[in-house]
Amino acid sequence: MATRSMAIHIDEGRIRRDLTVRKAGKIGMILEPLFAYFFLWAPIIVLVIFSFNDSRSVATWRGFTLRWYGNILSGAVGAEARFSTELMLSALGTSLVVALIATLIATVIGTAVSMSLVRGNYPAKSLVDGLLLLPVVIPEITQAVSLLLFFSAIFDFVGTTTGVRISPGIGTVIIGHVVFNISYVAIVVRARLADMNPHLEEAASDLGANPWRTFWRVTFPLILPGIISGALLAFTLSLDDFVVTFFNSGPGTTTLPVYVYGLIKLSVSPEINALSTLMLLASTVLIGISMALQGRNAGRG
Amino acid sequence: MALSFDLSSSGGYSSRERRRGFSLAIPALIWLVLFFILPVCIVFVVSFLTRGQRGALVLPLTLEHYERILGPVFRPVLFDSLWIAFLTTIICLVLGYPLAFFISTRKSKQMQNVALFLVILPFWTNFLVRTYAWQIILGAEGTINGMLTGLGLISEPLALINTDFAVLLGLVYGFLPFMVLPIFASVERFEFRLVEAAYDLGANDLRTFLRVVLPLTLPGVIAGCILVFIPAIGSFITPDLLGGTQGIMIGNLITGQFRGSGNWPLGSAASIVMMIVVILGLVVYSRIGRRAS
Repeated sequence: MATRSMAIHIDEGRIRRDLTVRKAGKIGMILEPLFAYFFLWAPIIVLVIFSFNDSRSVATWRGFTLRWYGNILSGAVGAEARFSTELMLSALGTSLVVALIATLIATVIGTAVSMSLVRGNYPAKSLVDGLLLLPVVIPEITQAVSLLLFFSAIFDFVGTTTGVRISPGIGTVIIGHVVFNISYVAIVVRARLADMNPHLEEAASDLGANPWRTFWRVTFPLILPGIISGALLAFTLSLDDFVVTFFNSGPGTTTLPVYVYGLIKLSVSPEINALSTLMLLASTVLIGISMALQGRNAGRG
Repeated sequence: MALSFDLSSSGGYSSRERRRGFSLAIPALIWLVLFFILPVCIVFVVSFLTRGQRGALVLPLTLEHYERILGPVFRPVLFDSLWIAFLTTIICLVLGYPLAFFISTRKSKQMQNVALFLVILPFWTNFLVRTYAWQIILGAEGTINGMLTGLGLISEPLALINTDFAVLLGLVYGFLPFMVLPIFASVERFEFRLVEAAYDLGANDLRTFLRVVLPLTLPGVIAGCILVFIPAIGSFITPDLLGGTQGIMIGNLITGQFRGSGNWPLGSAASIVMMIVVILGLVVYSRIGRRAS
């Protein structure tokens, strides 16, 4: 400060202007993030509050009720029977099955390709790298539509040649989810692998461990937190996905987001508020787990 | 198998291991080529086919669908989508950049984690749910109109929903975390002593920001812009739930062609056009990024 003030009295106007700018900047740097936080949270808070509102209205508060939670959990009654607990639970079940299988496949494939990219050394590496990036940078709707066309072409072909009629379902949804999940798992696991000391693997192989043993006894335990973070990300993305699922699920398969979309289109509002609040709670728990894991990583690293 | 080890592998990787390196990429390669590249190629081919009876895809090859996409009916939708995605990106940048700084300048690690958590939680919340929240807030019988009527400020509900404004709001809301997180990552790596150095060398705040802070955090800004622009241009849920018939974007146009008795070749052509736009945008962004660094 002292050294800086020596140069100061050259241009008082400029200094005054700079100080005003700085003051405004300082206030702005506090106010603007506060506004951003308000913007991010206000809709969620409104949603949660009105999930307890004793009225179908989302405009005015009419008192506290747990009716909407009752409706979604125990089956709606009487005139409000627009919501089916059974359908919701079956959609939730489908979502979980899809997310679990897609995460499992994508985590194995994504970890393998990360190993290949970080440790391997072959001519086509940059090509694989670019290919992995594509599902992240191409809009999801393009992916959804192209899979739809692809499956319909395949199923048509199988139908006309063998007479076996296949229709899209849970399998096609899982295949689609694995496509984008591979990329996200690879991004996370690669970062972890790149941070790891490669000499540890060399030491293991010098001590006579074969590559398979080296991986399981040295590499895998060290990158495990990365693999878990990647898997959690994949699981969340899969649970949340609407677009790819919507286009590739066929009439018989409904995941939770597709079910919620149907409800929104029917405007069954208070029940959606309650369901959304429960989904929010679930995300909070998931993210809590993920942050705790990352905190442990940071502590260890 | 367990006993075999390669003496030549000490100090580096043997050629066999290099080949193994490639074999680990094979499952990913197969999956992505089969279920991503090949389907996109099919879309490309279909976009040149003719729509036959009952939606069948037949020859001859035609440019008709591209002409329609770039013609007077669909071109405004395409340009509107581009404009809305662009505005979304700019607003997210203006909102997100100071927010990223705010998070990374919290004094204790704990406060920083809380500040970060408050951005990440909405990001992890289901996108449909977040968009739906705006539907109940902006609706004709929604929260804002309810409050304003209750206060006696308006007698007729304001037309907030089913407008371009609602779509823009929903998109900014949906994708703001995509902007904040990469910028935060690059601000965290930023050496704040450089700011002091710039001051000591006589630079004022604005100059310090433009010449020191911005260039060094630019990778995060570029990553954020890409991560916002791409899903914004291809968005379908937001315009569908908040835009009504007024706020149609190219995503709705594509969806419409693939639901019910739509025109698949037309939808394919729209997808290809959108993909070309995105890839062009990426090329431009990465050029800017390279020049900046």
